[in-house]
Amino acid sequence: MKVKRWLAGALALLLVAAGCGDDDDGGDGDGVTLRLVTHDSFAVSDEVLEAFTAESGIAVEIVASGDAGAALNLSILNRENPLGDVFFGVDNTFLTRALDADLFVRHRSPAIDDVDPRFVLDDEHRVTPIDHGEVCVNFDRSTYPDGPPATFEDLADPTERGRLVVQNPATSSPGLAFLLGTIAHFGEDGWQDWWRALVANDVLVATGWEEAYYQHFSGGSGEGDRPLVVSYATSPPAEVIFAEPQPDDAPTGVLVDTCVEQIEFAGILQGTEHEDEARQLIDFMLSPVFQADMPMQMFVLPVVEGIDLPEEFVAHAAVVPEPLRLDPADIDVNRDRWIDEWTEIVLG
Amino acid sequence: MDRDRPRLSGSGLLATVPLAFVGLFFVWPVATVIAEGLTGAGVLEVLGDRRLQRVAWFTLWQAAVSTVLTIAVALPGAWALARFRFRGRAVVWALITVPFVLPTVVVASAFVAVLGPRGPLGGPLGGLLPGVGAILAAHVYFNVAVVARTVANALGQVDPQLEEAARSLGASRWTAFREVSLPLVRPALVAAASIVFLFTFTSFGVVLLLGGPRRATIDVEIWRQVAYFLDLRTAAALAVVQLVAVVACLVVAGRMQARVVPRRARDAARRPVGAERAVLAAILGPTLAFLVTPLAVVAYRSVDVGGGLGLTFYRALGTSRRGSSLFVPPEAAIRNSVTYAAIATAIALLVGGITAGLAAYRDRRTSRLLDLLVMVPLGTSAVTLGLGFLLALDEPPLDLRTWWGLVPIAHALIAAPFVVRIVVPALRSIDPRLREAAAVLGASPVRVRLAVDVPLASRAVLVAAGFAFAISLGEFGATLFLARPDNPTMPIAIFRFLGQPGPLNLGQAMAMSTLLMLVTATVIAGIERFRAGSVGAF
Repeated sequence: MKVKRWLAGALALLLVAAGCGDDDDGGDGDGVTLRLVTHDSFAVSDEVLEAFTAESGIAVEIVASGDAGAALNLSILNRENPLGDVFFGVDNTFLTRALDADLFVRHRSPAIDDVDPRFVLDDEHRVTPIDHGEVCVNFDRSTYPDGPPATFEDLADPTERGRLVVQNPATSSPGLAFLLGTIAHFGEDGWQDWWRALVANDVLVATGWEEAYYQHFSGGSGEGDRPLVVSYATSPPAEVIFAEPQPDDAPTGVLVDTCVEQIEFAGILQGTEHEDEARQLIDFMLSPVFQADMPMQMFVLPVVEGIDLPEEFVAHAAVVPEPLRLDPADIDVNRDRWIDEWTEIVLG
Repeated sequence: MDRDRPRLSGSGLLATVPLAFVGLFFVWPVATVIAEGLTGAGVLEVLGDRRLQRVAWFTLWQAAVSTVLTIAVALPGAWALARFRFRGRAVVWALITVPFVLPTVVVASAFVAVLGPRGPLGGPLGGLLPGVGAILAAHVYFNVAVVARTVANALGQVDPQLEEAARSLGASRWTAFREVSLPLVRPALVAAASIVFLFTFTSFGVVLLLGGPRRATIDVEIWRQVAYFLDLRTAAALAVVQLVAVVACLVVAGRMQARVVPRRARDAARRPVGAERAVLAAILGPTLAFLVTPLAVVAYRSVDVGGGLGLTFYRALGTSRRGSSLFVPPEAAIRNSVTYAAIATAIALLVGGITAGLAAYRDRRTSRLLDLLVMVPLGTSAVTLGLGFLLALDEPPLDLRTWWGLVPIAHALIAAPFVVRIVVPALRSIDPRLREAAAVLGASPVRVRLAVDVPLASRAVLVAAGFAFAISLGEFGATLFLARPDNPTMPIAIFRFLGQPGPLNLGQAMAMSTLLMLVTATVIAGIERFRAGSVGAF
């Protein structure tokens, strides 16, 4: 009977699946397997990770759950019974939340001495800075042959009416970073007026980065009709690297004066049974080989000084000498209120 | 008449399968989330918050409107496909089903390509985007398959001579359909409508990507509260509100589901003659144009390499440009997706099949309760479920948080309601005299089931299997929480491409989406062929 054959087929598939699902657990032999809990943008190249395993005998399994905000919050909710041994991907926006939750074990990596001190935000070394990047307004070069607007103030000028796309800070991490940048620039009492002017200038609010960049932005791989979008300082090199054939010049550029800093940290999760190995993994993340691997993998920049960047970054990434920044403790206290105020002004 | 329904000995024991499954993988995790966060004050705060009231109202409103619109769009096509047999019917079926599995990110991007500022319809219809219009259009787009397949399956079993008799008495084609066939398929229609309602009630990606920043559903709000505000209190209160609303809707839908008149169970489709061909074309033409245009846009863009057509993006799928440890060749993503889908289908058929069997023969109260139990997961936010898995299944021996099996299990939770909703009407419509005849001839109750019910319901089971498979192939929300990065499914791989700028990333997302469409269409067309082949057997 046909039904029977069908069932037999389903059963066979089930067995095959059970077989292939199990083969990668446990690592090889007596080596420890560390679980690295992170967000879904984490990436590292095979050879770099293999080099770590070959050198230390420690295998690394990557566990990702959602975007940066979700991954951190899930780890906080799972604090009593952590999902893994090391967490990567707390950014400065949510740093205080992670520290207040007492999520991490202290670890002062010897390599921290090679890190630019402006990235070391926790004197107690519960978290270690690993990478940084900037959230900035990107522009479509084809719209601005004579040069783009430069400052936040320029963006509110009537000549830029209907040209800017931003993300909702309540649903998007670059959106939140950009809002914080405007607060850092205009001050606690000035940012609201600028956003009101932006609303009058027909700013478009997208829910997330994907929508803003791919649907509304006109530059590079964007398919919309607005020439200004909130994205990253490393987006122009991505437009070159992920093109075939690669263009000589990036089709997009960055408004350096609008850049706000994002630093990502890693920490050893409380409750790990492999604290020594976890320390080694954090140290490895500050090693030159890992630091040099990050730009092409995650489109972020090294925090360790003197690391050579890939040529595409040298050629096309914006150099941001002094990005805007806010104190993480200030952010933590005010974040929800700022988002509410912003929502009232821009979406109200 | 319950006398007609011989009780199956040991059915209590069988009931433990769905009870244990839903209990362990739904009730417990969700109860854990609610228990962690819920306070009486939290619920009152949510109920009293004006913004959250608006969110709840919008959620309800858009789900109701989406459901009505979906039925309006799907019904003519369902009728045409049930009544007529024609060349390429299997292909049409596959095309109708493919949208159902496409990841939201891809459909959103295809909608934008068509309706956006640079799209061919950007002028006349560009105002839809973003906003309520785009949300409703996308919901109809995704769910036409649910209504079309469920209703066509039921219509196919209504004797067309009934309609013809009405027409010979002077009724128009529409009146004959409305007065004769529609009441007979009402249970299937209500079943499909309640599924569409739940799907759109818990809409997440569509609202995020196409709704604009002012529109949020309860699902979006739960995600925001968990992912951005770490406010488990509000999230748990919202989850309770969602749960209550879903149960209430299901109870109402259950009351609307009338008893089913036994019908003859055979494929009633025939070749169209004369003017019927024009009717067929007039119905299927616009429906297919609506459904296929975004698919065609995606496929076209997967080969549009700028200044010409080529396979650059497909080749790029297979090369690890950056040597990333998370690089996944397309065949591995396809294998993951198909494997997960096969397991999810097997679980859904087991759990849903047993539930359907019990629900169809037990008294109304038991059957409603069972149905409710299996349906509720469909109306629960993927975030709540994913969070529940992580919070509840965290102690040995059940530390399953990073176990790959949670992915197909979550998919099966979403797919099982389809199995129940498709199989129950089929079982109920079996003429009880067939069972009586078998019993008179000396068959044991179990034998009666195996000899009468199983073969007669097997077609419905196949439809259900196709759905379960498709649901698993396209599922995104829960998978994002649960899939291990080294074992992504096709929708997750697509999502990853869209996380970085660059034409190659967009192109690869389109290429992977096209592969997903092909895999789905192949599976559905295969099932159609098998289904058509088995018709003659009974």
